[in-house]
Amino acid sequence: MYEASDLKKGLRIKIENDPYIVTEFNFVKPGKGQALYRCKLKNMISGNQFERTFRSVDMFESADLQEKKMQYLYHEDGKYCFMDNESYEQVFLTEDQVGDAVNFLLDNIEVEVLLFENKPLGITVPNFIDVVVTEAEPWARGDSVSGNTKPVTVQTGYQLQVPPFIEEGEKIRIDTRTGEYLTRVKG
Amino acid sequence: MTVDYSWKLAARLDSLRIRSEMLYSVRRFFHENDFLEVETPLLIPAPAPEEHIEAVQAENWFLQTSPELCMKRLLAAGYQKIYQLCKCFRKGERGGRHLPEFTILEWYRAEADYQDLMGDCEDIVSRISSDLGVAGIFSSQGGKISLQKPWGRITVEDAFIRYAGIKAAEALERGSFEEILTSEIEPRLGLDMPVFLCDYPKEMAALARLKEETPEVAERFELYIDGMEIANAFSELTDPVEQKRRFVEASRKREQEGYAIYPEPEPFLQALSRMPPSAGIALGVDRLAMLFAGRLKIDDVVAFTPEML
Repeated sequence: MYEASDLKKGLRIKIENDPYIVTEFNFVKPGKGQALYRCKLKNMISGNQFERTFRSVDMFESADLQEKKMQYLYHEDGKYCFMDNESYEQVFLTEDQVGDAVNFLLDNIEVEVLLFENKPLGITVPNFIDVVVTEAEPWARGDSVSGNTKPVTVQTGYQLQVPPFIEEGEKIRIDTRTGEYLTRVKG
Repeated sequence: MTVDYSWKLAARLDSLRIRSEMLYSVRRFFHENDFLEVETPLLIPAPAPEEHIEAVQAENWFLQTSPELCMKRLLAAGYQKIYQLCKCFRKGERGGRHLPEFTILEWYRAEADYQDLMGDCEDIVSRISSDLGVAGIFSSQGGKISLQKPWGRITVEDAFIRYAGIKAAEALERGSFEEILTSEIEPRLGLDMPVFLCDYPKEMAALARLKEETPEVAERFELYIDGMEIANAFSELTDPVEQKRRFVEASRKREQEGYAIYPEPEPFLQALSRMPPSAGIALGVDRLAMLFAGRLKIDDVVAFTPEML
């Protein structure tokens, strides 16, 4: 069981036998008033979204989902294909089901495919991935202490903010849970 | 794996500089207005029992959730105008505008009421803005928030009717007061100029005095700027019997909901009978820094969040 204080983006809970994922989460509390946990929930089967506010006394069951390691093969006509490397079984997910993870889908990357009663619902990419920066403005030297960041594009097409000293062609590590830059990867 | 946060820290330099200037300005303001800066202990044996505020336990004592009780004991001992900049700790409060460890600016005036504190708020925020060399505050909606005095004032009752079409008393009865306040009302407060939301229902008075002419509401206000709660103020309750009754009631509700029961703050209750009519206010320093630095997340105006430690 989860309590309201366990709620966060990405948590999967069961409501009336359907699995739901928290897609947006905000903690709201008037100074002297009670805490409210404002969530956007997505039904992981139908894709329907709705907003709901919980209180600290609310409890949730976790959604009973299986995860299977699979390899990303290719995408075609809005379908993403993944393969179980042991059984060679292939599954297809829609763009919606892949969601933000599309930003981190490197060729042949191993991901966790989420299954509910054997039907694929979504994927989880590794928490950290290393990617090559494919587009970046050159570094105006002397700018490093001003604390600015700059936007770059990486090999998957994803754009993010990085420190100004990162150059095109360099490898960087991204935390896929936040989508944020972590560090420069040498070599 | 270890994460290198240096770049994140470096990216906060601009907002930390504004925060630092802001604190310098606050101290000058209070110094020039003859307030005494005090420091009271962070580690205390008994926090004020409030229904919805959780203290962090440290051995058998607690980290303060607010410096209120000690500061009022100073008022009771004859101090007239005091202020404090300090850390406060509230368990489980983490969000875009919440940190479990945050900074409060709290000040008290003897022989004053909450109206006087509204004037203080206008003066302090205007003073910071002129010290920082900015004419107003940029709103997250894109416009500019004017700090020209006097700021807006609206009662809780009027705000519920105007923005949510429901009576505050009715919302309270249905248990949806906070829900409506945070979703329908707060986002619309203080967008053109700061607004004082005044006169809270007596059920939400905590340590505030009830209004003499309309005792169903308390002399309490919250300051809102850019849809964000910035400060909470009271004309202080000075009746130890009534205060004790409210503490017992808050503890009873806490027990019902399964929260920890705190020891009674006995020395505070004793001192209360000697406290002159006073007014006190707690202002969220981190949130004020968000406004002046133009940042939407509280994370961006502190050097470290708990997650970075």
